[in-house]
Amino acid sequence: MITFEDVVKVYPGGTTAVDHLNLELPTGKITVLVGPSGCGKTTSLRMINRMVTPTSGRILVDGADVSQQNEARLRRSIGYVIQHAGLFPHRTVLDNVATVPVLLGQTRRAAREAALGLLERVGLSAEFAKRYPAQLSGGQQQRVGVARALAADPPIMLMDEPFSAVDPVVRAQLQAEFLRLQQDLGKTIAMVTHDIDEAIKLGDHVAVFRTGGRLAQFATPRELLAEPADDFVASFVGRDRGLRSLSFDSAAELPVRPVDGIDLDDSGRPLGLPGVFTKDDSLRVVTDLVISSPGGIAVRVGPDGAADGLVSHHDLADYLASRRS
Amino acid sequence: MNFSYLTDPAHWDPSNPGSIPNLILSHLGYTALALLIGAVIALPVGLYIGHTGKGSFIAINAGNAGRSLPTLGLLMLMVTLLGLGLLPVLIALTVLVIPPILTSAYAGMRNLDHRVVDAARGMGMRPWQVLSRVELPMALPIMLSGFRNAALQVVATATVAAAVGLGGLGRLLIDGLAVNDYSRVLAGAIVVAALAVLVDLFLALIQRLIVSPGLKGS
Ligand SMILES: Nc1ncnc2c1ncn2[C@@H]1O[C@H](COP(=O)(O)OP(=O)(O)OP(=O)(O)O)[C@@H](O)[C@H]1O
Ligand SMILES: [Mg+2]
Repeated sequence: MITFEDVVKVYPGGTTAVDHLNLELPTGKITVLVGPSGCGKTTSLRMINRMVTPTSGRILVDGADVSQQNEARLRRSIGYVIQHAGLFPHRTVLDNVATVPVLLGQTRRAAREAALGLLERVGLSAEFAKRYPAQLSGGQQQRVGVARALAADPPIMLMDEPFSAVDPVVRAQLQAEFLRLQQDLGKTIAMVTHDIDEAIKLGDHVAVFRTGGRLAQFATPRELLAEPADDFVASFVGRDRGLRSLSFDSAAELPVRPVDGIDLDDSGRPLGLPGVFTKDDSLRVVTDLVISSPGGIAVRVGPDGAADGLVSHHDLADYLASRRS
Repeated sequence: MNFSYLTDPAHWDPSNPGSIPNLILSHLGYTALALLIGAVIALPVGLYIGHTGKGSFIAINAGNAGRSLPTLGLLMLMVTLLGLGLLPVLIALTVLVIPPILTSAYAGMRNLDHRVVDAARGMGMRPWQVLSRVELPMALPIMLSGFRNAALQVVATATVAAAVGLGGLGRLLIDGLAVNDYSRVLAGAIVVAALAVLVDLFLALIQRLIVSPGLKGS
């Protein structure tokens, strides 16, 4: 657990970057710090590994004040992915990833061997190991940045806009891989982004900052969408928050009507219809299907792919209305 | 004017102390000594100024001052102060090499990508590890180009040693002029030029070997 206790950071020159921040980042979870540019996200993140010294207040990692710990040792125990990857241009991909293990005293050989396995974990084949950062695409560099931060298997990871320098398609791919990785690893992660969609997608908890370095709301993504604390958060979360909040609601309880009037094949699978969903999908998926399918109808299928129910515009609207009351 | 001095085998006989190979050796000796002393003085100062940003004006002005200082004049001044010998020559040549080495060491450190240095610190490198494992390797291409510059200048200028009675390829020029033997002067000029090219090629090779391939073309 990472705890901010009444932390203030005023830079020389008078900018208050962080203003009386109290925050708890739970162990094993992803906490996303999000907010408009210049609101103190990076500053908050960098106070955790002492790259920035607070003006007042304390930061504790598992109850221990970071300011009392050896700077270099503290940093080696915390994975750090910086904005724009920050890879060492003069070192191969493999040696970039091996950096912290070598600092911790591992032999170069052992560290490189382990690094090779890590590259694979972040989706890079061994052919990239001998390349230099300048020979990689932006997305590949970001992967190496993540692998480098993971190399010493630190319990805590700080990630500053780790997926910002890539196009939306690659970003979605990196995000999905990242979530899969985190499911295996269960790190305590503090991630910074200014993209609220990314925050909602990746965060177990989201801390929304407002300009001036003040915390506007700390909540789960679901709470954030359902009950924004004030107008600032509401507008930051965006106008389609109603629709987006449906992605946290399961379609399992959604009533369906009997399958009738659509073409099925011999084993009961719907023919020629685009939109099918299962009980595991979210209400957002169903809403999207209902809107986009020609007949205004979404088909529910069972595990075997056979149709077992239909949902129309009206059914969905009624269900959503009934949830309100 | 002809190539007869250059092509006469007697002038290439190493057992003769005034022969071209021996002059090349002493010439290279002055060059290497001046570069060594110059680097020992200028590298730490340039790196320190570049690293801390303190005293940048020294590094910037050193370049200009160095270029405008006449080496021969400085040499004569040193000789009047210190008498004849190796010392005044070394001082004059060292003063020549300090500015390019200092300025390039400074520029190499100033031009570092601060995000990469920041990442190095953030990963838990101690200050000297950041310097030796990240900053120096990244600054190396610029630093070496300054060193090559200095080497070229000092190879060409080390001929002044002969003006105060020492050896080196300047002997061919000065003695040739003194006895109106233009074939000898030509030989001196050609060998100095060839030596400069060879020294630069040699340093280019070193640069290839010690600069990371990851920094090529950046
Ligand atoms: N080293 C510094 N010296 C002075 N002021 C700084 C320094 N670093 C940041 N600031 C200021 O502190 C405020 C917060 O900066 P910070 O980098 O934490 O913002 P951020 O939320 O990460 O923004 P972005 O989304 O643009 O990265 C800004 O107003 C910034 O100008
Ligand atoms: Mg930032």
